[in-house]
Amino acid sequence: MSTLHTSHDPAHAAHGHDAHGHGDHAKYPFLQHHFDSPAHQFDSAKLGMWLFLATEVLFFGGLFVAYAVLRTRFPEVFSYASHYLNTLMGGINTCVLIASSLTMAMAVRFAQTNKKGPMLLCLVLTFGGACGFMVIKYFEYSHKIHEHLVWGKTFYVPPHTEEGEHEAAALAKAPESTVTLTVANPAAPAVAPIVALPAVEASAIKPAAAAPQGLATVREQAKAEHLPVADQDPAIAHPTLHLADPKMPANTHLFFAIYYCMTGLHGIHVLAGMVMLAWLIWRGARGDFNSDYFTPVDVGGLYWHIVDLVWIFLFPLFYLIH
Amino acid sequence: MASNAHAHDSHGEPHPLVGHLVPFWLLFITGGALLALTVITVAVRYIDVGEFNMVIALGVAVIKATLVALFFMHLRWDRPFNLLTFVGSMAFVILMMAFCLIDTAQYRSLQFTGNPPEVENTLQSNAPGAPVARFKPYTP
Repeated sequence: MSTLHTSHDPAHAAHGHDAHGHGDHAKYPFLQHHFDSPAHQFDSAKLGMWLFLATEVLFFGGLFVAYAVLRTRFPEVFSYASHYLNTLMGGINTCVLIASSLTMAMAVRFAQTNKKGPMLLCLVLTFGGACGFMVIKYFEYSHKIHEHLVWGKTFYVPPHTEEGEHEAAALAKAPESTVTLTVANPAAPAVAPIVALPAVEASAIKPAAAAPQGLATVREQAKAEHLPVADQDPAIAHPTLHLADPKMPANTHLFFAIYYCMTGLHGIHVLAGMVMLAWLIWRGARGDFNSDYFTPVDVGGLYWHIVDLVWIFLFPLFYLIH
Repeated sequence: MASNAHAHDSHGEPHPLVGHLVPFWLLFITGGALLALTVITVAVRYIDVGEFNMVIALGVAVIKATLVALFFMHLRWDRPFNLLTFVGSMAFVILMMAFCLIDTAQYRSLQFTGNPPEVENTLQSNAPGAPVARFKPYTP
């Protein structure tokens, strides 16, 4: 085992030196047995990382091609559905990723000059940026999923308002007892104090929202409650009523399909980057990196920068369609 | 490679054995330029210049990507073969995209407009009478 590679233990490395007569291996405990010099090892690691990044470009490239085909096929869908995305949140996320890229580049710089404390601080800041990105992403996704702004059939199922969901749940749980309460109320006044509260709640139920009677009803109801309705507010329809918007083009769900595919794959890469950053912080705190050996920080940084680079293209392609 | 690293010794900082030290001012200028370009690309969204909106948005994105690759990813000082690997992969993505777009353009006249039948069924069962523009293109 020990003859296959030089361990991190300097004494062990010196032992190996006697056997092989390589000066560099005695001097640099991190130098693997199969490399001639630190430069040889560093360049090999970088080349390997760049080859991996090339496969990443091709990985995302397939989805970019799908995006291009869909967008040329349904240009009206993209210019319409882009308004459902929150440009402010997307813009903040762009800035967060750029800032974390900057701190990552600074971490590499600090690692190269033996500044352990600042390097760890920069790595932690980068990790924090990744967390911030995922938190904002979570709010974006959960809002859209709640409004049924998703891929597939669910897009065409009317989303219920918060109130509507409670009503639907109440009706589904005990439809008979609800009716009994409202009917029983005037007939049996003695029971009234006990059931007063449920009765009020029951009377608030609007069956139109709960029953699948169609969007026309939902829309009428929204008008009655003075919610903004699509035809009054053509630029951005009320988000819960995208189906009631007469200007919604056919196949709008395709925008959300490609949106979730691309931003989702990117989000998975951010999560993987967080694992990598945690590993770098752990090893950095252990004192593995110095001006002679900082390769993991450097190639980890390359990965983090390409995650930023993909987002630089995703942001205008989804959020900034005029 | 290693010889690049010996450029500055004035502060007595330990210089790396390998790789290139990027000065902090260059990192901060790159980061600032990236943020400024982000503001510009958001602002351009609200100006109507027709087809050029897309061109400007993608152009700014390419400039930002170039800045990241050259300075944050050290490609400016790295081995040219790494640059070739990276640019080559993007060239092949563009090649694939070009052929796919040419192919779909060939079938343009045969393409079905409106919602596919299954979506129509869902609409009928979930939202009968829903005022969805089914066979009209979107007009802003």
